[in-house]
Amino acid sequence: MVDVVSFLIAAAIVLGGALGVVGFSNPVHAALSLIASFFGVAVVFIIQEAHFLALVQVVVYAGAIVVLFLFVIMLLGVDTATDLRTEPLVGQRALGLTFGAILLTLILGGLFLSGPGDERGAVALTGQQSVVQPVDDRSQIEQLGEDLFTRNILAFQATALLLTIATVGAVVLVRNEGGEDLVIDEPGSAAD
Amino acid sequence: MNLSAFQTAVESGQPYLADGVDTGDIILAVVKAVIALVLCLVATMLMVWFERKVVSRLQNRIGPNVAGPFGLLQTLADGIKAFFKEDNIPENADKFVFRLAPYLSLLPAFLTFTLIPLGGDFNDGKNWSVEIFGRETFLQVADVPVGVLFFLAMSSLGIYGIMLAGWSSGSKYPLLGSVRASAQAISYEAALGLALASVILVTGGLSMNEIVQTQAGAGFGGIIPNFNIIVTGFIPFAVFIIAGTAELNRPPFDLVEAEQELVGGFHTEYSGIRFALFFLSEFMNTVTMAAIVVTLFLGGPAGPAFLGESLGWFTGFIWFFVKLLLFLFMFVWFRATLPRFRYDQLMDLGWKFLIPLSLGWLLVLAGIRVARNGDLNVLDNAQADTILVITVAFAILLIGMAVLRGAMNNARRERLLDAGLDPAEVR
Repeated sequence: MVDVVSFLIAAAIVLGGALGVVGFSNPVHAALSLIASFFGVAVVFIIQEAHFLALVQVVVYAGAIVVLFLFVIMLLGVDTATDLRTEPLVGQRALGLTFGAILLTLILGGLFLSGPGDERGAVALTGQQSVVQPVDDRSQIEQLGEDLFTRNILAFQATALLLTIATVGAVVLVRNEGGEDLVIDEPGSAAD
Repeated sequence: MNLSAFQTAVESGQPYLADGVDTGDIILAVVKAVIALVLCLVATMLMVWFERKVVSRLQNRIGPNVAGPFGLLQTLADGIKAFFKEDNIPENADKFVFRLAPYLSLLPAFLTFTLIPLGGDFNDGKNWSVEIFGRETFLQVADVPVGVLFFLAMSSLGIYGIMLAGWSSGSKYPLLGSVRASAQAISYEAALGLALASVILVTGGLSMNEIVQTQAGAGFGGIIPNFNIIVTGFIPFAVFIIAGTAELNRPPFDLVEAEQELVGGFHTEYSGIRFALFFLSEFMNTVTMAAIVVTLFLGGPAGPAFLGESLGWFTGFIWFFVKLLLFLFMFVWFRATLPRFRYDQLMDLGWKFLIPLSLGWLLVLAGIRVARNGDLNVLDNAQADTILVITVAFAILLIGMAVLRGAMNNARRERLLDAGLDPAEVR
């Protein structure tokens, strides 16, 4: 009972936040409702007893990523309300609606094909049997860590490589080679 | 709640949920939350007084001395005054966000406080719980199974209050202050998290209660306490203190609110009770951060084992508050003595010093643990392996430092040559 009520509240927050992201004309308000949506997702994780995932969701998505969004919005000066009736890319909305409808059909199909003793929908959607119970009685963090460093080691290292490339790229971008001279005010460089 | 949720509750150390939720449990939870809120507010109020008084004494002034004995009620008087002041909202402000921001910064400060174990009984394997009205419970509002992460989540959410306050004011200086504040908080969060990781590594768990439990009792030699400050080798503690001070935007890292440059930072446009809320959350954060340091590194309510538990479970309270006061005094002392950092110095300290240091230390700690458990199997016994790990770590550290030094010198030399300096002058 508690589960159902909490799920309904969380789902309302998730959907309301998501609608706000699309619907608010001010980008900062949209970013705020994105945070609300992420929080709802974290609550859904907690209901499923994935405490670690829930907190990572808050730290990484609601905490770090939206802060970066807000940085960009505030510093680039695009924080003014935009007219939502004009379409920035022609045909964008029709395409979005089409793909949204396809996704919804897939998820609903999966849902109706699943149930007690029937896993066809879940298998078709995710390629895996649904895992309702924890795999064993170790703590979630232990299980996650072992999974990351054994079964998914390739994806894990690929992500690490990707982040390294991004860091190097950022450094190269700010190096300012061949551009205007940077002002040097180091001690001993004698600015005369 | 279903059965598996109960099992998780029991495993994660909430004994009062073990046999179902009844009215008494709910009352207990509400009472604990209310007591924690009151305690937190009173502690914050006293902290404001304490800071003003101590800073005054350090600067040869008297400080607040009119309202109440020793000026103790000064904060209360200021708070009441703030209620009756005019509440200005600037013309250009984003009204909704402007009103929301103070609460966004107050809420995380209080929620973090609910994680702190304030006391407890760990005699005879009592698992830190105490009995109140026939119910077993912890002296903390909630023992979240991933408490340490909850702390990190709340400190990253606290940024929003500051950031949105500056932006929604619709004015330049608050925006600059808030951008500085959020950049600073994000940079130091990494160092904070890495220092925390060392504690998690030696504890093997994320719950605050577990962290305190592993620190209770005697460690090396039966006299030295088993506190994490010693077990993790002091470096994570030092990093945590520095990063924590920066996270709090307290001096010497208070360039976020540098009056001389920014008129006051992100809260320039706030007045009346809304400003008071920011003020409150800032000091509440200070109290909470000190409490977190005590919990993570100094054993929270655990005292040195050889002194025992002469006052029963009340001993924990006394130890906790003595340690808390120590750190609060340290924060005030920082403010009274240290000059403010420049922005580039701040970023250098965070990114180039604290993060590499805590990351390297974490790896060394992990290596030592593997060697000590006898899982390395390079030399003939675990002790020799441990010494090997330490030697290799220090050798790598020295080589790394030498290479970095060389690269930095070279880069500087090239830059100076590019700027047209005489090659003979450039060393």
